[in-house]
Amino acid sequence: MDPSDAFGATSRVPAADGEPLVVASGLVKRFGEFVAVDGVDFSIGRGESYGFLGPNGAGKTSTMRMIACMSPVSAGTLRVLGRDPDRDGPEIRSRIGVVPQEDTLDLELTVLDNLLVYGRYFDLPRRVIRERAEELLDFVQLTERARDRVESLSGGMKRRLTIARSLVSDPELLILDEPTTGLDPQARHLLWDRLYRLRRRGVTLVITTHYMDEAEQLCERLAVMDRGRFAAEGAPRDLIAKYSTREVVELRFGATEPAGVAAALEGLAQRREVLPDRVLLYSDDGDATLGEVHRLGLTPESTLVRRSSLEDVFLHLTGRTLVE
Amino acid sequence: MSALGGTVTAAARAPSHLGRPRWLRSLAYWAYRYKRTWRGSITTSFLYPVIYLAALGVGLGSLVNHHVHTVSGVGYLEFLAPGLLASTAMQVGADEAMYPVMDAIKWGRTYLAMLATPLTVRDVLRGHLAWITFRLVTVCAIYLAIMEAFGTLRSGLAVLAIPAGVLAGLAFVAPIMAFAGAQQNDRGFSALYRFGLIPLFLFSGTFFPISQLPRWLQFVAWATPLYHGVALCRGLALGGLGVGPAVVHTAYLVVVVGIGYWLATRSYAKRLEI
Repeated sequence: MDPSDAFGATSRVPAADGEPLVVASGLVKRFGEFVAVDGVDFSIGRGESYGFLGPNGAGKTSTMRMIACMSPVSAGTLRVLGRDPDRDGPEIRSRIGVVPQEDTLDLELTVLDNLLVYGRYFDLPRRVIRERAEELLDFVQLTERARDRVESLSGGMKRRLTIARSLVSDPELLILDEPTTGLDPQARHLLWDRLYRLRRRGVTLVITTHYMDEAEQLCERLAVMDRGRFAAEGAPRDLIAKYSTREVVELRFGATEPAGVAAALEGLAQRREVLPDRVLLYSDDGDATLGEVHRLGLTPESTLVRRSSLEDVFLHLTGRTLVE
Repeated sequence: MSALGGTVTAAARAPSHLGRPRWLRSLAYWAYRYKRTWRGSITTSFLYPVIYLAALGVGLGSLVNHHVHTVSGVGYLEFLAPGLLASTAMQVGADEAMYPVMDAIKWGRTYLAMLATPLTVRDVLRGHLAWITFRLVTVCAIYLAIMEAFGTLRSGLAVLAIPAGVLAGLAFVAPIMAFAGAQQNDRGFSALYRFGLIPLFLFSGTFFPISQLPRWLQFVAWATPLYHGVALCRGLALGGLGVGPAVVHTAYLVVVVGIGYWLATRSYAKRLEI
């Protein structure tokens, strides 16, 4: 069977009125004195894929746990599927799927058993769970491992199983906290492909990640978080247009870097960034800027003109300092 | 037709058993898991009782009986067996309330998996507590059957030693779940064994009447749940338990279970509702 048929040809029809699935305003999460999420506003529409991007400790996971109705809101308001998590937590959770940052699979049970027990939490009839489990294992390419204990699976397989498990209840909203962290490139691409298929079927995705390529691949809209707040929000392309230039020139001078070279480059481009090993010039026309560098008589060891990426935006907004 | 397509979905989303408490779903998980992993528990729930009764009741008992003839009016084996029933309930209950709880919070994170579904923290606690209660019922029933096989039962009410043993076990389970819910690692558990459960096991009237203890230690024993569990089980297995003492022992244990459950509710909420 073609895995793409696992969910039937009928993808969900987006709500005609376009009422958002998740609406937050002034959302705050406090742990004692520590403010993890410091008053953020956002709204996620049905069928959309929305990403939270940010360094460790930026408040992504706390935000996600509130959306998943697993963590009480400290202040502000949050509506998920039009309801209040404080009052209707169980009802909301019955309609969303969660892929937590760390797997919560039962290692002593088999792959299939993990899906069966999870489906029972939603009080689904055994027959329905069994049918879905079979299709979902096919969807995440784990059919051959159905009878194996989870303990014996690789990291990528466990992650795929966690995703399959989150889909047992056929959720309208899927919440994924760092779905591909720690996976090898093959496993990541397989997961991306599966998430892309879900998106096409109309499942609303909310994702946190610190991989820029993942955010660009999967998310229509992004919020860049830093220290509990939104540093920026928008479509990846718009964020690049707004917070970076079209192109970036990277210059490496190697060990022979002449003193004052950085100062000489000042003013050549819209923005200049001096790093320990290279100098970045942000410019809308990289080749022209590079030409001016040469005209100044500077001879970098190596040069690279490339398009601006989300990573440039991210580092610009959240800084290059390691936050730990 | 596809299971995740439109029609089945609509039917499946309607709860299959309206009005059934949600914690039963958490109980179902523990039962399912036990079905896959029950072999390890055979030692504690079947082999230990037989070994203890054979070694202490029959072996040591013949020595005791030779010197003092009877303990509290019965042979040593008859005296010992109901005490061991209560003590075993305590031990099995304590075991189930320590490592599996820590595992479900921290190592295997089963609770966290449940909390991403419609289950609430309260459902998670109740389901797990219900499961441990069921384990205690089976352990006490097996024990009573073994006591019957050893011919140590002396009362028509002996079958009530099962609920009495379960109650004695729960008097440890509920507070220990509260304790386990607050632990960051399992170091506290070995301390609890060393300074709590093992002294109780030895000094709560299981092996000898607490009247043998110095007066102040008798008061200490009196204040602990295991003493009341042992006294209740013994009175029911051997007969001759007055209504007054029976009510006092039962009420004491019920109060401890109640307080323990209340503490566990708070401890779980503090740990899991963050």
